[in-house]
Amino acid sequence: MEYVSPEGLRIDGRRPMEMRKLHAEMGVVAKADGSAVFVMGNTKVIAAVYGPREVQNRSQQMSDQALVRCEYSMANFSTGDRMRKGKGDRRSTEISLVVRQTMEACILTHLMPRSQIDIYVQVLQADGGTRCACINAATLALADAAIPMRDLVTSCSAGYLNSTPLLDLNYVEDSAGGPDVTVGILPKMDKVTLLQMDSKLPIDTFDNVMQLAIEGCKAVATYIREVLLENTKQLEYHRGV
Amino acid sequence: MGRMRGLEIPLTQTQKIRLQRALQKLESLSSKANSNASVTVADSIPVNYDDGFLKGHGTSELNGEVIATVCGVVERVNKLVYVRTLRARYKPEVGDIVVGRVIEVAPKRWRIDINFSQDAVLMLSSMNLPDGIQRRRTAVDELNMRSIFEENDVVCAEVRGFHHDGLQLQARSQKYGKLERGQLLSIPPYLVKRRKQHFHYIEEYGIDLILGCNGFIWVGEHAEPKDDMVIDEQANKSDQILKPSKYSMTLEEQERAYTPLETRQNVCRTANAIRVLSTLGFSVTIEIIMDTVTMSMSLKEIHEMLGSEFCVLVAEREAERRSSAKKKG
Repeated sequence: MEYVSPEGLRIDGRRPMEMRKLHAEMGVVAKADGSAVFVMGNTKVIAAVYGPREVQNRSQQMSDQALVRCEYSMANFSTGDRMRKGKGDRRSTEISLVVRQTMEACILTHLMPRSQIDIYVQVLQADGGTRCACINAATLALADAAIPMRDLVTSCSAGYLNSTPLLDLNYVEDSAGGPDVTVGILPKMDKVTLLQMDSKLPIDTFDNVMQLAIEGCKAVATYIREVLLENTKQLEYHRGV
Repeated sequence: MGRMRGLEIPLTQTQKIRLQRALQKLESLSSKANSNASVTVADSIPVNYDDGFLKGHGTSELNGEVIATVCGVVERVNKLVYVRTLRARYKPEVGDIVVGRVIEVAPKRWRIDINFSQDAVLMLSSMNLPDGIQRRRTAVDELNMRSIFEENDVVCAEVRGFHHDGLQLQARSQKYGKLERGQLLSIPPYLVKRRKQHFHYIEEYGIDLILGCNGFIWVGEHAEPKDDMVIDEQANKSDQILKPSKYSMTLEEQERAYTPLETRQNVCRTANAIRVLSTLGFSVTIEIIMDTVTMSMSLKEIHEMLGSEFCVLVAEREAERRSSAKKKG
């Protein structure tokens, strides 16, 4: 199948190095300490953060740092064909783990000893790149809950189809079976915290694809930063002196 | 401007414009006073490196640069640089007056949820006994703990400090203790300012208002500060009220348990005023609450206070108040 037309356009009309439209909203769950919706094109993810709060299971309590938990789920209506999958299938367990580890790496857990932070992410619409959208939404929700972090974490994916590196794959491109590189970075510190890849790539091409994904992450970071700053300003203006 | 957080009331076109105008006014008023002080995670904070500085909460160092670890507003006190967070959980300070909910009765202590990252502890020994006598707490006292506070009771106390890795509270005065016949509201703690006075008795409406520093607010019927000696008797009576057996109560007791309709309406009115103010994200002080309550008197029904029109009116009023305060000051 042809994923990049001779004119250099992808199936959804984007250029190879073009991202989908980003949109983010904060404070969407009233009862949560922090929450956000993150939209990348047709992928839409909601994240809610509770905590730092008392540890529910006393035996898991740590006296020098906070416990971070994460639960990923996919709404039944999020995909084209309505699938009924219970909680805890392999895919969602894996993504829960990935999101947890990525977020734990940037949260300053030692500042909140003997407490627990719960991150719930749910995919409302799935169109490829749900993993990246989840991480981005979780970052926003954590920042909304004012949980201290080393840096923001942003994530973006890139692939390689028809001998062209493609940024931010959608579902059709994702299911083409080609290589799919998901990268998560700490933009300010310039460090990689997450790197996953399906299938294989020659090392020199891999470099290009990963560089492209990192550029994507940086673009996401710029956007997230704008949203956060605007949100903080609004809160401060409303509160008054 | 995007959708306002927390606000889920359908607005008509004119209301939307009015609200937007009021909020823009607020923005223009405060942006002059405190411009560019807002930071987000990992933003670098400009400091004077020659002069020396102290890194406070919400900051860390990266490559010799001070960066923020949370979103908020940069505050500077002499050499100290810190980030004041908005929307964070409550951070206790010694002497704060807090309202909380009992979640567990444990040996010699109650565990209380006060919206902090851990549960707070109120020791039996750090509160006045019902009989008002100062003495060692006995095993009998310990067994009778449930007659003082039970699970899910709302209590008011003062932050004593950190001991043994836990947050301790104390309630050594008659003004602290169990709160009854009213409503507990929970709002973001950054909207409550620390002040000299957190207990308010509004005589006009016959209600008590406690603005807990932790963002838990109590609005209830006014309770007379009880005499030490008769407390024991009253505590027994309130037990009976909890497990209502109407026939066992004397007429007098029934009367005492009864809250007049007018007072109940006033409680609801005040509670709704606080709800409106907190959804709009305005700081909640006694003056502003009472002003909002007075505004609501023009409405026919109390529940209309949660409607869109009143919300817009409150926003406009706030803008007006702040601009007039600005002119004066």
